[in-house]
Amino acid sequence: MKQVKLTVNGILYELSVQSWETVGEVLRDNLGLTGTKEGCGLGECGACTVIMDGKPVNSCLVLAAEADGKQITTIEGLAGGDKLHPIQEAFIEHGGLQCGFCTPGMIMSAKALLDENPSPDEEEIRRGIAGNFCRCTGYTKIIESVKVAAKNMQEVK
Amino acid sequence: MPEYSVIGKPIPRVDAKAKVTGQAKYAADYELPDMLWGKVLRSPYPHARILNIDTSRAERLPGVKAVVTGKDFGEFKWGYLPTTRDETPLAVDKVRYYAEGVAAVAASDEAVAEEATELIKVDYEELPGVFDPEEAMKEGAPQVHDYVKNNMAVEYHWHFGDVEKGFSESYLVREDRFRTPRTTHGYVEPPAIVAYYDPGGYITVWPSKQSPYFIYRHLAACFKLPLSKVRVIQPFIGGGFGGTKNDTGTGDWCAVMLSKKTGKPVKIVYSQEEELVVSRRRHPMIVDIKTGVKRDGTLVAIHHQVIADCGAYTFMSPLSMYLAGCLTTLPYKLPNFKHDAYCPFTNNPATGAMRGHGIAHTRFAADVQLDMIAEELGIDPVEIRLRNAIENPKPGSIYETINKVTLKTCGIKECIEKVAKDPIWKEREKRKKREGNISRGVGFSSASYLGGARLMGHQAAAAVIRVCEDGTINLLTGATDAGQGSDVVLCQIAAEELGLPIEAIDIKRVDTAFTPVDPGTYGSRVTVLAGQATRKAAAEAKQQLLEFAAQTWKVNTEDIEIRDGKVFVKSDPEKSMPFGRLARIACYSGTGAVIIGRGYSSYGIQPMPTTFENGMGNAGTNYSFTAQSAGVEVDMETGQIRCVDTTIAHDCGRPLNPLTVDGQNEGGAIQALGQVLYEDFIMDKGKTLNPTFLDFKMARSTDVPNIKVMHVITDDPDGPFGAKEASEGSITSTPPAVVNAIHDATGVWFKELPITPEKVILALKEK
Repeated sequence: MKQVKLTVNGILYELSVQSWETVGEVLRDNLGLTGTKEGCGLGECGACTVIMDGKPVNSCLVLAAEADGKQITTIEGLAGGDKLHPIQEAFIEHGGLQCGFCTPGMIMSAKALLDENPSPDEEEIRRGIAGNFCRCTGYTKIIESVKVAAKNMQEVK
Repeated sequence: MPEYSVIGKPIPRVDAKAKVTGQAKYAADYELPDMLWGKVLRSPYPHARILNIDTSRAERLPGVKAVVTGKDFGEFKWGYLPTTRDETPLAVDKVRYYAEGVAAVAASDEAVAEEATELIKVDYEELPGVFDPEEAMKEGAPQVHDYVKNNMAVEYHWHFGDVEKGFSESYLVREDRFRTPRTTHGYVEPPAIVAYYDPGGYITVWPSKQSPYFIYRHLAACFKLPLSKVRVIQPFIGGGFGGTKNDTGTGDWCAVMLSKKTGKPVKIVYSQEEELVVSRRRHPMIVDIKTGVKRDGTLVAIHHQVIADCGAYTFMSPLSMYLAGCLTTLPYKLPNFKHDAYCPFTNNPATGAMRGHGIAHTRFAADVQLDMIAEELGIDPVEIRLRNAIENPKPGSIYETINKVTLKTCGIKECIEKVAKDPIWKEREKRKKREGNISRGVGFSSASYLGGARLMGHQAAAAVIRVCEDGTINLLTGATDAGQGSDVVLCQIAAEELGLPIEAIDIKRVDTAFTPVDPGTYGSRVTVLAGQATRKAAAEAKQQLLEFAAQTWKVNTEDIEIRDGKVFVKSDPEKSMPFGRLARIACYSGTGAVIIGRGYSSYGIQPMPTTFENGMGNAGTNYSFTAQSAGVEVDMETGQIRCVDTTIAHDCGRPLNPLTVDGQNEGGAIQALGQVLYEDFIMDKGKTLNPTFLDFKMARSTDVPNIKVMHVITDDPDGPFGAKEASEGSITSTPPAVVNAIHDATGVWFKELPITPEKVILALKEK
């Protein structure tokens, strides 16, 4: 067992983890944050995407021991109380989700993209979410949702 | 044009907030106190006799609580039809496909369960296998099951009219062989279940099932319990599209049996690799199609022979073989039609239903071949389709196909005209045909799909509307939203009928202890059948409320209207009250009234006027129509194909929620695009060599074209508020549109999917 300190959605946790446990497992099993989904466990589907120190990562590929001292944001940490994040709002209004299983990871990838590039063009949006599989939507409404979110976030600023 | 307040509006999904905040719980997210983890041991051979299973070492591993094998399930067998019950929860004396379940373990955690499966010693005697459906049909091929000869799981021969006479009278007769790929649903959520068989003899399960009443009946039959003691509580479903999540799978049977043995809850979550290896994938089909036409391109006769790889168990293949033929007579007029279907067992993984089930294969072949015929005859692809398209029947009249499929509405002509006028098709000559290595092309297609499937067995769909005393509504149905968006649509139907805003309606997910029975989410049946049930339930509840309003105002119920949450007397709008007040009057009136409306679908319970053997009649309640154009760019040096844009015109009767209908069309088109360009399981003697998303090559965000969806409104009298199906049309129309576009770009007719860069290069070299 190894002792690690993880700051998840602004809360500092001191945890004992097994050396083989991943961030995704710790989030889901130890912290009960099941909004982060596991689709493949191989880093292919992106459903488990969280933001770690500002970068989107597949939480199934990062060992908890490696994440010692890191800041992690999960889907549960995106809304401010009752106020949804503009990306969440846009996904709801523009049909950017169907079954919803890829949605948390998709939204976290979109957030990481918009944090770095607040006004991406369509090609940049497509590339920004290229690590996230969605089998339901055909991506069309997801791309549209990210575009709208970017615009709304710009206007707020 | 009817005026609706809620119907036809692009209202966001009622479960969207739960989904974007991570609060929506899927099966794998459930935890129960004292829960164990289960794992399935799978066969390393595609065909072998099981000589002995020694579980003693696994049982001795610390943390292991129980081990089950096929024998624990006694004589229980299951299957889609009473005559095809050829499958056991775990293999008993023989394994018939690679990775078939042989045993399962429950342990204190997942790692121990997995380690324990490795300690189970199974002695096998390998048997010769058969992996090609045409080989499987030959005399002397290895026999997969003893109960049928020559591996022939399903065989149908239908003949309507006289195709031979039709061919002899035709100006042109073409014969072509098409092949469809080994593809699968590809939902991102792997199948999962939490099961608890409590010592009182009740089963409760939280499974990822798009048709929860299948597993409900299966578990009752398998564990010999009355249905009242089986409770399926439905989590959110991470995509379905048919397949493993439609029916009961190895993990489901085993989780319940392990829970029965241990008295504790058991959770089994498939790995994605496990799912891709054993998924109830789509049947790969060989379609030999012979078509005769007149000089002007009018269809005279079609004869197709389908050879489908059944895989190791029959499962849904009778239905698949039926569907592969039943709609070849749509969307074009066809006076003579013959369908021969062969579906032999092989030692490949078992197959199942997948979006576009059966119909997508033969429509792909027929619609590409129609373009070939158009080219030979020098007829424009749009013109040949318009010449053959079925007319929209006049209100009150019915169009009947040669195999007695009946239509009350058909928007195919309007769909074709709309897509023909759209820039992709209309301005196709303006696209620079060749630029460097890139060659461009545009293709066209048309298709039809059934809505409101009623395919044997129990088909009733029901709904219950409970009016709360504050004027809000609980809507209960047995229908499942597996992601397609039916929950919001059913809420819209209830809101419209009751005259309430959408926010007043709350829909519950299935809990078989409380919700009315429903067949499931398949065959595009939910909106049409559960939608009709919901509308009737709402109308019944409304009538009860109107009685109280009528008493209050001393008028007749017909004089009162409810709209936008307001109740008023039509002739005297001064007499009005909020809906919530009427609800309170009704509930507190002193009569003890409890306002509950009940409704059931009258279409679902009509027996299907056909059998799979004769192919005659309606499998659907009504039928959608689709026309589509697609633009592609082919790199003539590398063989890479990109679909750059596509336009779909869809007649779903009436889009009850355009946001959701568009999303269904887009998603279906991209799932189809995967089958045309990328996806194919590579097999070696029954073993799937590419069971990961990356190697299976599902479409990513960078692969998809710009999609435009247009609606053709026909208001079908047999759908709630005119609705037909909306989710399976585009998966049927996309393959021929893209293949026809690739021909336009390359001059090559590709007849085998997927069209990989390798196939393109080889074909261009040959040309």
